[in-house]
Amino acid sequence: MLDFKPEDIVGDYKEAVLDLYGGLRRLVFYTEIEIPYPDGKLIVSTTDKNGFITHVNKAFVEMSGYSEDELIGSPHSILRHPDMPSVAFKDLWDTVNRGEHWQGIVKNLRKDGAYYWVKATVIPNIRQGKIVSYTSVRRKPSRTKVEECTKLYASLK
Amino acid sequence: MTFQFTVSPDFSPDHISGWYIFNTWLQKQTGQGIHLEMYNNFQTQRVAIENDAVDLIYANPFDAAMLVRNKGFSPLVKPFGVSDEAIIVVNADSQILDVADFGPGTKIASTDDPDVLLMGMIMLEPADLNAQNSVKIGCDSYILVAKQLLQGNSDVGIFLAEAYDNLSNMVKSRLKVLVRSEISVIHHCLMIGPKLSPRKQEIQDLLVGMDMTDKGREVLKSLGFSGWVKVGEEETEFMIDLMDALSV
Repeated sequence: MLDFKPEDIVGDYKEAVLDLYGGLRRLVFYTEIEIPYPDGKLIVSTTDKNGFITHVNKAFVEMSGYSEDELIGSPHSILRHPDMPSVAFKDLWDTVNRGEHWQGIVKNLRKDGAYYWVKATVIPNIRQGKIVSYTSVRRKPSRTKVEECTKLYASLK
Repeated sequence: MTFQFTVSPDFSPDHISGWYIFNTWLQKQTGQGIHLEMYNNFQTQRVAIENDAVDLIYANPFDAAMLVRNKGFSPLVKPFGVSDEAIIVVNADSQILDVADFGPGTKIASTDDPDVLLMGMIMLEPADLNAQNSVKIGCDSYILVAKQLLQGNSDVGIFLAEAYDNLSNMVKSRLKVLVRSEISVIHHCLMIGPKLSPRKQEIQDLLVGMDMTDKGREVLKSLGFSGWVKVGEEETEFMIDLMDALSV
């Protein structure tokens, strides 16, 4: 997964180095610009068992700022925002690996350094009794939940 | 032996005769006795499915999981270019301009159409509305949902997009759309049960080729469709997973 490039960023930005699942490290640039979640849309993606993206829908491409070619084959952590505590993602993976649904409010980082909040549900795709992949479906969260999570995640950093 | 065919009770009233015409066409093409039973609501239809009294069904996506996983159904076809979308609507005079402006106690008019209700409630989540903190006003048809809004009995209505679009211009002029879903991958599907499954391939081929003949196109027109498209097992599994994720 490539580091961020200053020329892709819109507006003033800060930088951070993220330690990601699987020993990956990534330099990211992020701004204070929020992109509102589009009304009526679902953002849908599927990953393989290791968290590498195998399918994205149009809304995913539009909101992430990446092209479909850039997304397919990348780890899902391509959207990881430095404000998200790693404990949230550990809980996500622990939950879905048990074959259960995980749901939470997530702050995602776009390619241009802006962010967007989602209410995410991740489910294991079970075929013939075995987990073969994971599907993540995001919808628009309420501002109340976003405000609660902003405070919570800051306390978990 | 006569097989049993049924249609999701949320079918458009304009197309009820179309389903009987379609059933006659299907019987002629397959040489097989097929009885079309139309149920008035989802509850009675689900009882029939549970009692194995259904062999072929034009199914609501909400019921796909139960049909595939509990009853051994498999997908045949879906209508070309048709997906289920929901719309959130208020009275044109309502002060509400954004879904987030609704508060607890909001009165929501809807039918019992399960996938549309699910999509509609998801679109109301930005206001933190859910089944526990809102008042549901159940209606037998989308016309009655519109009536509840026009009479001021409900604050918001959830419509199947197609049903809303088919309301008269006069009614629509007195209503205001807040949100229209753009989900695209939730759709009704014609599904075949275990007793008919030995003929699955033959029936699927007949349906996919239906728009190749004048008679077939005429029957399709009576259903409001332009053709059928084959649906694979994995596509249905994906839709089931999606519905599953949305139900959480």
